[in-house]
Amino acid sequence: MWTAVLVGAVGCYLLKLAGLSVPAAWVQHPLVTRVVEFVPAALLAALVAVQAATSGRDLVLDGRLVGLAVAALALALRAPFIVVILLAGAAGALVHVLGG
Amino acid sequence: MSSPARSATLRDSLGLGLAVGLYGVAFGAAAVGAGLSTWQAVALSALMFTGASQFALVGVLGAGGGAFAAVGSALLLGSRNTLYGVRLAPMLAPRGWLRRAGTAQLVIDESTAMAVAAPDRELGRLAFWVTGGSVYVCWTAMTLVGALGAGGLGETAEAALDAVVPAAFLALLWPRLQRSATEAGVQRRVALGGAVVALALTPFVPAGLQVVLAVVAVLLAGRPRAVAA
Repeated sequence: MWTAVLVGAVGCYLLKLAGLSVPAAWVQHPLVTRVVEFVPAALLAALVAVQAATSGRDLVLDGRLVGLAVAALALALRAPFIVVILLAGAAGALVHVLGG
Repeated sequence: MSSPARSATLRDSLGLGLAVGLYGVAFGAAAVGAGLSTWQAVALSALMFTGASQFALVGVLGAGGGAFAAVGSALLLGSRNTLYGVRLAPMLAPRGWLRRAGTAQLVIDESTAMAVAAPDRELGRLAFWVTGGSVYVCWTAMTLVGALGAGGLGETAEAALDAVVPAAFLALLWPRLQRSATEAGVQRRVALGGAVVALALTPFVPAGLQVVLAVVAVLLAGRPRAVAA
């Protein structure tokens, strides 16, 4: 178990270090900057979807989606970040208490 | 220097750091649930320090997967930190090996998102260090709490934690989709594509992998237009 923990940790660290260490010329390539410009949107959206609506290999509808809807509403009303996530957490807890 | 923009950056970075750090409880509990010791769980948070990879590693181990598959899925998910580093390098420009080595450990989803979202380079650096630092401290400490208290966490608290995470990611995504953002139309298509592909792949690939594959698929689909632009 320790082997997996340590090998995985070192590997993940080297991946982080590699990103900071590649030559500047790579970074300034138009295709790279273009790709990197759009990675966060794809990644964050994928994370939202997976964290809100899946469990293992199943698609699941539960309080997390209610929390997400509440968060979207709060964001549309320009609520600060911390308010958004507190409201989402409260909504998730409420759905659970109500028997969701 | 105490401009409103600086205060806003500090507040948002600390807020995110604390909120995400709290989720370390869930990781600690999950790790111990998967059969890791308390110290193995804490070591993952302190050393690997990239949440999705950590969850993937303990998820595969907990599901009876081998060390090879566990490490493999953690590395696949960790590969996005390389892209983040590429994106952040010009902004952070860490001088010397020691400083670069320290900076690298804090390159994660949250610190990158906050740094990139900041209005200028200086605030971007501030956002990176404050977000990365506060997530690191809270995440590692709360992992210990979660590992020790595994099973003691009420179901309602777990439900709240579960709802907080997607909401936090949505809040990070939100500004990119507004009309005022650069190329908001493309960003929206990219985001929709990422979400749809990730959900569509979920039943067919190991947990966590669909996120990476969704990003790759969307980028491949957008590549011709990107080159033309």
